[in-house]
Amino acid sequence: MAELVQLLFAGLTTGAVYALVALGFTLIFQASEVVNFAQGEFVMLGGMVTVFAMKAGLPLPLSALLAVLVAVATGVLLHRLAIEPAKGATVVTLIIVTIGASILVRGLAQILFDKQFHALPAFTGDEPLRVLGAAILPQSLWVLGGAAAIVFGLWLFMERTLLGKAVRATAANRLAAELVGIDTRLVLALAFAVSAAIGAVGGILVTPITLTSYAVGTLLALKGFAAAMLGGIGNPVGAVAGGLFLGLLEAFAAGWISSTYKDGVAFLVILLVLFLMPQGLFGRRAVERV
Amino acid sequence: MSLLEARGVSIAFGGLRALDAVGFSVDPGEVLAIIGPNGAGKTTLFNIVSGLYRPHAGEVRLAGEEVTGLPPHELAARGLARTFQNLQIFFRMSALENVMVGRHLKERRRLWAELLGLPSVLRENRESREKARELLDFVGLAERAEDPASALPYGALKRLEIARALACAPKVLMLDEPAAGCNPVETEEIDRLIVAIARKGIAVVLVEHDMKLVMRISDRVLVLEQGRALTEGTPQSVRSDPRVIEAYLGRHGLEAAHAA
Amino acid sequence: MSPGTRTKIAVLGVLLLVLLLVPILLPSAFHLRVAALVWINATAALGLALLMGQAGQVSLGHAGFMGIGAYATALGPKHLGLDPLASMALGTLAAGLLALLVGRPILRLKGHYLAVATLGLGILVHLVIVSEVPITGGPDGIQVPRLEFLGWRLVGPELWYGITGTVLLLAAWLALNLEDSATGRALRALHDSEIAASVVGVDVARHKLVVFVIAAVYAAIAGGLFALFNRFVTPDVAGFLRSIELVTMVVIGGMGSIAGAIVGAALLTVLPQALTLFHEYEHAVLGFLIILFMVFLRQGIVPGLAGLLARRRLA
Repeated sequence: MAELVQLLFAGLTTGAVYALVALGFTLIFQASEVVNFAQGEFVMLGGMVTVFAMKAGLPLPLSALLAVLVAVATGVLLHRLAIEPAKGATVVTLIIVTIGASILVRGLAQILFDKQFHALPAFTGDEPLRVLGAAILPQSLWVLGGAAAIVFGLWLFMERTLLGKAVRATAANRLAAELVGIDTRLVLALAFAVSAAIGAVGGILVTPITLTSYAVGTLLALKGFAAAMLGGIGNPVGAVAGGLFLGLLEAFAAGWISSTYKDGVAFLVILLVLFLMPQGLFGRRAVERV
Repeated sequence: MSLLEARGVSIAFGGLRALDAVGFSVDPGEVLAIIGPNGAGKTTLFNIVSGLYRPHAGEVRLAGEEVTGLPPHELAARGLARTFQNLQIFFRMSALENVMVGRHLKERRRLWAELLGLPSVLRENRESREKARELLDFVGLAERAEDPASALPYGALKRLEIARALACAPKVLMLDEPAAGCNPVETEEIDRLIVAIARKGIAVVLVEHDMKLVMRISDRVLVLEQGRALTEGTPQSVRSDPRVIEAYLGRHGLEAAHAA
Repeated sequence: MSPGTRTKIAVLGVLLLVLLLVPILLPSAFHLRVAALVWINATAALGLALLMGQAGQVSLGHAGFMGIGAYATALGPKHLGLDPLASMALGTLAAGLLALLVGRPILRLKGHYLAVATLGLGILVHLVIVSEVPITGGPDGIQVPRLEFLGWRLVGPELWYGITGTVLLLAAWLALNLEDSATGRALRALHDSEIAASVVGVDVARHKLVVFVIAAVYAAIAGGLFALFNRFVTPDVAGFLRSIELVTMVVIGGMGSIAGAIVGAALLTVLPQALTLFHEYEHAVLGFLIILFMVFLRQGIVPGLAGLLARRRLA
């Protein structure tokens, strides 16, 4: 029982971060049909900028805010300088552009920061909480709570604000959105900015547990992409579910099967799911119209 | 026994009955038109007969053999070819190559020979190119053979699809709205083309909205409405059938037609 | 002469000329080694160009097949006492069989779903190589025995330049032949419309599988050659970044262009060597250049330049 709870929390914590990356993927994909492989770099920036701002003497909240701003600026620049100019290119070309961007961001981070691993202090202490015999880090609760708050906030934004509705309209039909007067370029920039902010917050929340370095983005991007696809691309609920599912899968695979092969189990399950459900867990089955 | 025969074909999409026990048959050299208002199920019927969808009930027989639910490439091997309402062109290829792909089943496709570029493969390429050129000539696109398909105007693409389908040397040719979006001159060309194809002994099944074209070239007309066969007969008998007029124009239309 | 034959002669002619000129213009051992690396990468990229460029099927895990070829070549002599060349052949066979086995379910997927499935496949192969330390040597990599042929030791950059160059020439010849055949046309057709291809009789699933296996075999041969040439392999050969590099070679050179894959491979192999001049800015510059190329020559170098030339001629 204790082990089960332990694995459950471990899985949900990593899963929450995957969910945030997947959510970022989904947001950008919905608005622009671009699969942004630089998504993991936002998470990296969130952690790294906070670490170095704190080293420079800023308090945690201010450092975190700075990190989010840096990530948002990076996201907007990515959109303006790379995605926007490549408008109309094929899907694979756009993927390569975002991969180029992620190499660029990583390369810059390596120069501006360093190649070491860094930690952040836990927000509210390291004393584990006892839950049903399992030891839960308070920071895990920060991650889970933070992720839940972001998901809820994003939902509110999309459903309740005019700007959110503009994003949804653009996602549904870009041309139609333009015809009713929505500035779709602004919407796309916004999607990149919000995605970047979400990724950065995820990075800040999880760094006290997992550490960070200039290179953590690649694997996170892969996992986030996998989670988004697992849920069915373009579906925010699916992205969150896919992320949590992937995190749990890894935790239980590590606990019960083999910690070396936890990534393997995760990807094996993804392959099996896609073989059985080619549109992901929550994707709609598209009937090709001819 | 007809060449192509569909019997009791039914399909539903998410509880919505798109086709309810519809059937038709067509013989070599015959032109059968399927008409009906939008949403009557014409294209769905086409997609079932050509193997894109599997019907929930009913059967399709080609040359006496049951072929229901066979994948499209196997139907093609048995002599069924079709075109599409919204063009399905190979835009990365030239017009000529588009038609050459239509000869796929006539080519021997031995992978090793192809990788090694054996003379037999080159000979086959040449043969396919010649045959494809003849077909482009037949549909009036001989001068555009080397142009990329993406550079061809809409009306030409319609004819390119017909040439590609003919390259399969089909027994049955199914044309989904061959004249849709064409101007009167282009429509007339398509009209002549269909007659010439039927004269070669190919059975033609077409879905078309242009009634003038349908009435001119069809031997028989099948009218669908809301997934059911409303009536079937010669163009003359269908044209004067009150049920058909009502289906197309509504009750007022029927009264107007009577008054006229 | 048909257009297909003309392209074939042009591409092979230029390639042969380059293969002959490089040793004359750049005779140093370093340059020959870099060039041999280019020919090896180009061989892998060619296979991927058939899969992605011709048939339109993305693979983000193609380095996995390269890894299988490379590690089979390294492990066969060590654990089974096999000849390295025989091991390489077995590795190529294994990669082909794996592709055959997983190809059908994977290739039913489309677009981004196909991308994530192939990504997963590559990661699984990489993971096995990294994790089975007693067999593969793990992250530290493994030595590859020297290739001997009829008692001759195959060493020296000149010789390996010749071997890799010949393999590339052969690989390009086969790929160009395939392009100009019924199967090649079927592949390009299903790229544009699977439905239209199937109604004219193309067995879409089978053709995708065939080209997937061919691409896997090309990658495995490249991997085996790399192991023999470099005499040392690490799991990086099968890693995600390697897969991305291969895809980038194909896209930067020009999707759908056989010549483009070779140009792309040359660029992405030589560029990092040249960028070492920038020391720690190496990665940043590489990323920047990739974006630049994709934004300004989005069709890829070969088709892009061909288009420019054609327009100039018209003007």
